[in-house]
Amino acid sequence: MSVAAAIAPGTRAALAELLLTTADDEFVSGFTDSEWTGIAPLLEEDVAISSISQDELGHARALYQLLAGVLADGRDEDALAYDREPHEYRHARLLDHARGDWADTIARRFVYELADEARLASIGTGYRPLADLVEKLRREERYHRMHLVAWIDRLARGGPVPRRRLEAALAALGPDASSVFTPLAGERALIEAGILTRTLAEADAAWRADMTTVLVPLGLALPPHAPPPADGREGHSESFRWLWGEFTAVRRSEDGATW
Amino acid sequence: MVMAAPRALTASLVTAALDGVADPEIPTVSIVELGMIGAIDVRPDAIEVELLPTFVGCPALEVIRDAATAGLAGLGREFGRAVRVEVSFATPWSSDRITPAGREKLRGSGFAPPPPSRPGRGLPMLDAAAAPVACPWCGSLRTTLENVFGPTQCRSIRHCPDCLQAFEAFKPV
Repeated sequence: MSVAAAIAPGTRAALAELLLTTADDEFVSGFTDSEWTGIAPLLEEDVAISSISQDELGHARALYQLLAGVLADGRDEDALAYDREPHEYRHARLLDHARGDWADTIARRFVYELADEARLASIGTGYRPLADLVEKLRREERYHRMHLVAWIDRLARGGPVPRRRLEAALAALGPDASSVFTPLAGERALIEAGILTRTLAEADAAWRADMTTVLVPLGLALPPHAPPPADGREGHSESFRWLWGEFTAVRRSEDGATW
Repeated sequence: MVMAAPRALTASLVTAALDGVADPEIPTVSIVELGMIGAIDVRPDAIEVELLPTFVGCPALEVIRDAATAGLAGLGREFGRAVRVEVSFATPWSSDRITPAGREKLRGSGFAPPPPSRPGRGLPMLDAAAAPVACPWCGSLRTTLENVFGPTQCRSIRHCPDCLQAFEAFKPV
């Protein structure tokens, strides 16, 4: 019997939702920022944002693979990543924002990286394959955090224009910032199974405290303090539907094609 | 005529075979020297090997897995065992797993081996005083970090002010 087959049915649905939402966040954020490849503002940054995007797509692939094992419905990681309609994606509304300009991208990535870090820190050992993967992911994500914190600092202290644009970008994301912590239906079951060690509301509080340590010394405002919306992962934007058309184009062009 | 005693299938025989499988991007170094081999299980019917990805999203992983499977095909035939190479995160790969021989071969190919990794948020590669990175070409310790990120996920880009070469350095993870 596989590890996935040993999970209680109630916990299985909750675990699938945790894996799907996390994978979709990584996939959509990675795909959005891969749009910078070739057109980033600096050559070195072109390398950096492309590498970070590649990491995120790789993380999504590993999470979709775990999800495929839990669902056991015949879909592999590619089917899970590409063969869904736009409304079936469960990424957070924060990641529904278009790539935008460089300040928009840095603001969105920064808010997301710190939220993802708080989420990964909430995952316990209840499902061993996920716990093993998370330990590996966290070793990589710290490079992303360092990079985004450096950019926030650079834009905040880089003169009036970069600062104004960064502030505008952070303000535009504010209402959707906490959507990464949108409550999951099976949160209680996940905590009972030791798959989560705390609620997403508690992770939200940890994330806000972490954001404070970066933003406040730079005189930047925190996103407004509001509980995550219950529908923070539903009803995606026009810009996401455009992105979906892009990332599914090859897959849809030839049914069943493989590389 | 003296017949050689039949050899036994052991984990070290499996390791020796895998040591012949090169990294597809740096052919002088093997996947064993890179520390990518986890548990080896020699079973009555199969040889099972854990392959530890250096980075989760490494695009070379499938190529490496196929190469490792092919590298064990001879042993599989000789001993009548199936060969299974499975990607695993049960042991997280760390750059500290690269063997001393592997580090020397990286250096010889123009790549600086990684400084020791350490847990937590601090990145040792940003702390030049604690972890100077020697230029793989001239040995200078005055090299500077140009980009934490590089042409592959596992490498960063540095510059040597003494021999004026840019070079790639393995990230500590």
